[in-house]
Amino acid sequence: MDANLIKQYGDELYNAMLERKTIAPLSSRGVEMSIEDAYHTSLHMLNRRVEAGARVVGKKIGVTSKAVQTMLNVHQPDFGYLTDDMVFSQGEEMPISERLIQPRAEGEIAFILKKDLIGPGISNADVLAATECVIPCFEVVDSRIENWQIAIQDTIADNASCGLFVLGDKAVSPTKVDLVTCGMVVEKNGKILSTGAGAAALGSPVNCVTWLANTLGEFGIPLKAGEVILSGSLVPLEPVKAGDFMRVDIGGIGSASVYFS
Amino acid sequence: MSNRTFTKEQVASMAEYIENAELNVHDIPKVTNDYPDMTFGDAYDVQWEIRRRKEARGNKVVGMKMGLTSWAKMAQMGVDTPVYGFLADYFSVPDGGEVDTSELIHPKIEAEVAFVTKAPLKGPGCHIGDVLAATDFVIPAVEVIDSRYENFKFDLISVVADNASSTRFITGGRIAKVEDVDLKTLGVVVEINGEVVELGAGAAVLGHPASSVAMLANMLAERGEHIPAGTFIMTGGITAAVAVKKGDNVTVRYQDLGTVSARFV
Repeated sequence: MDANLIKQYGDELYNAMLERKTIAPLSSRGVEMSIEDAYHTSLHMLNRRVEAGARVVGKKIGVTSKAVQTMLNVHQPDFGYLTDDMVFSQGEEMPISERLIQPRAEGEIAFILKKDLIGPGISNADVLAATECVIPCFEVVDSRIENWQIAIQDTIADNASCGLFVLGDKAVSPTKVDLVTCGMVVEKNGKILSTGAGAAALGSPVNCVTWLANTLGEFGIPLKAGEVILSGSLVPLEPVKAGDFMRVDIGGIGSASVYFS
Repeated sequence: MSNRTFTKEQVASMAEYIENAELNVHDIPKVTNDYPDMTFGDAYDVQWEIRRRKEARGNKVVGMKMGLTSWAKMAQMGVDTPVYGFLADYFSVPDGGEVDTSELIHPKIEAEVAFVTKAPLKGPGCHIGDVLAATDFVIPAVEVIDSRYENFKFDLISVVADNASSTRFITGGRIAKVEDVDLKTLGVVVEINGEVVELGAGAAVLGHPASSVAMLANMLAERGEHIPAGTFIMTGGITAAVAVKKGDNVTVRYQDLGTVSARFV
């Protein structure tokens, strides 16, 4: 793809996010889009947001479950950027009518880094040593693409379908919890919806962060101390609407909840 | 449940028929095909007769199990009640041990949490608080189920008569006091030959595995039975059941409770 088209797509996605409207899938417009083109589009969309005053606070990893990888016919995860305006705290209402289009909630484990991670060559031991703490998290994914009709290129270009996220009320050192076996229970409006465990994300949430550090390392981009890294969903995505209340409990870590308005 | 249509002779004859399918390792059509009016009362009578037959032969009953305790499975079966079964001594397989597939028809495995009681539990009205107070410890367990029915297809009444598909179980890992583990969020990861095939958390079992024990006490009360102190109880699959075959190596990893494994030979 030529640079102008990448810019045009990035602008389209940026405007769609601002105006809360969807656009036609980029992958079905008759122009071949590589994975690299898609990441360049995502970066352009990010640059527009940073120009408008947003600050990058971390990254998210997506497409980490076998089910989603099979659906998108890919065998690796993807990533997007987290900015300060996407973070919500416990007790804050998440206003779908102002910020989101077709949101879906997923329970995850967030990593907070205390040291830079510069790939390639990063191992899980490096990631654990660089992790200050893990926190329960709901990522509310959203797609600027019509009806979530996404190919892998569409979701990558669209900031890995990231919407907003809410961090939980407890931070735990990674030395205190087994991130492979820690169980997850997701409740919607007080009813248990799904359960999962850490291994649902590429066998371990740590594998996901390691993958990201090494993938970004190839482009000279570090994961930085202080950044929050969302490591990927441990349960199936759940569509949400105004009035819904979601809660996630993670064994040995804690809980996070979010009310949608 | 007290509703019954079978004579004593019919109960005995059906118990022999189903137990022989287990002992001779062959499948049979589900029993409700020939007895469409059979009730839960009849089905549990058949199960208790199978139990009596085994005890008369010198086998010991070493525990109880609950089945169909996850909402996903109950919805799949179109029912709102779990079922129970008993565990005979020869069902037990040591951790890391071998399960002989030549003795089984079409085995599947499920990851569960088991309770061992230190005080009797009597229904009706038994609740989760009673169960937690009466629990000596919890221990991870992998259940091997093996319906005697063709293609693992059955209705609830047929599966009750078939001792809730019970066949083998493996316990291991490490035990814990209920106050030291959060059984609701306790995670399990099921691996077959090193590949993760299923995972979940304790809440998948009726919201909390202890609820399953309370339900067992209340179901047993309908027959005037109770759960004595020292009873080993498997609470039902946290994960979906996964088919296993000869040559498979099963490992289940439990949060805070270690690992249970077995080889299918």
